[in-house]
Amino acid sequence: MWRRCLCLRDRWRRLLNQPSGGPTAIVRTGANIPSLSRAYAPPAERKRFYQNVSITQGEGGFEINLDHRKLKTPQAKLFTVPSEALAIAVATEWDCQQDTIKFYTMHLTTLCNTSLDNPTQRNKDQLIRAAVKFLDTDTIWYGVEIGSSTSIMGPNIPDRTREVLVSHLASYSMWALQGIEFVVSQLKSMVLTLGLIDLRLTVEQAVLLSRLEEEYQIQKWGNVEWAHDYELQELRARTAAGALFVHLCSESTTIRHKLLQD
Amino acid sequence: MAALGSPARTLRGLLRELRYMNAATGRSYRDTAAYRYLVKAFRAHRVTSEKLCRAQHELHFQAATYLCLLRSVRKHVALHQEFHGKGERSVEESAGLVGLKLPQQPGGKGWEP
Repeated sequence: MWRRCLCLRDRWRRLLNQPSGGPTAIVRTGANIPSLSRAYAPPAERKRFYQNVSITQGEGGFEINLDHRKLKTPQAKLFTVPSEALAIAVATEWDCQQDTIKFYTMHLTTLCNTSLDNPTQRNKDQLIRAAVKFLDTDTIWYGVEIGSSTSIMGPNIPDRTREVLVSHLASYSMWALQGIEFVVSQLKSMVLTLGLIDLRLTVEQAVLLSRLEEEYQIQKWGNVEWAHDYELQELRARTAAGALFVHLCSESTTIRHKLLQD
Repeated sequence: MAALGSPARTLRGLLRELRYMNAATGRSYRDTAAYRYLVKAFRAHRVTSEKLCRAQHELHFQAATYLCLLRSVRKHVALHQEFHGKGERSVEESAGLVGLKLPQQPGGKGWEP
């Protein structure tokens, strides 16, 4: 019987992927030994562990250094961004954390991490399709063949409009599309997002139009600071981060110096 | 339709946000990379010979967007601290709400190690 116990113990060890051997087993360096924390516990608060944040230029783009360590994405890839302004903005986000690091305020960092890691493994078409889905439920009418409807089902978007939109979105890079999809899911409106990208609306205006119903109710019934203002500021922050991300990822700067000619 | 205002106003707002951000840390806000970049960019793109320069408007728009981002993050954190940051009340406080007081047990509860 004790032989069967040994056999079971070895099989159990193999299941747990542990080396068989006694307490003198080799310590695996760098292995992910699953900790016994609760599955739904929020991640422990990280204190600010760095003094200085700086930017360096590598081969792939710009990198962020926290003291002497390079910043990495959650999937341990090196954090590189193509644009210097974006790198400076991300560095400023890390720099303004005090005591504890509040990840929920670092929207640009989150967007960059999503673009670098692509954890849901979506390709361009899936992103475009996800964004265009919001067109069906858009409550702002822009007058470009979207049509209006008074029923609850929403207007029928003609296929031509959809094609035009899809081909327009396909002209953006993968990074810019992540940003666009993020803004669309925040504002719940494709039309507003396009207006924002096209520089026709400022962030405040776009957020106001997105929350039109709520603003009307607030004017009628009063403002609740800890709910309305809180959501307003959060929506503004996310939308601004998304819009800035899209602009910085799809631009190129050239400066041509012209001489004054008399 | 974009009511952006003047670039000087946006720059002033951005510098103010940077000042607030760096007020808690010891360093002056002029040492930050963001300050240097912003001042350089605003100076470099101030003058252009074209009257209706879309690129200039684009840069101003990006600056205004960044200003909105900084401002709203600061206000969001402030609101969070004020209204949602307190966490749960301790057992003593909860008992005190209804006028009860926890008993003093210098020896500890019987079942605790």
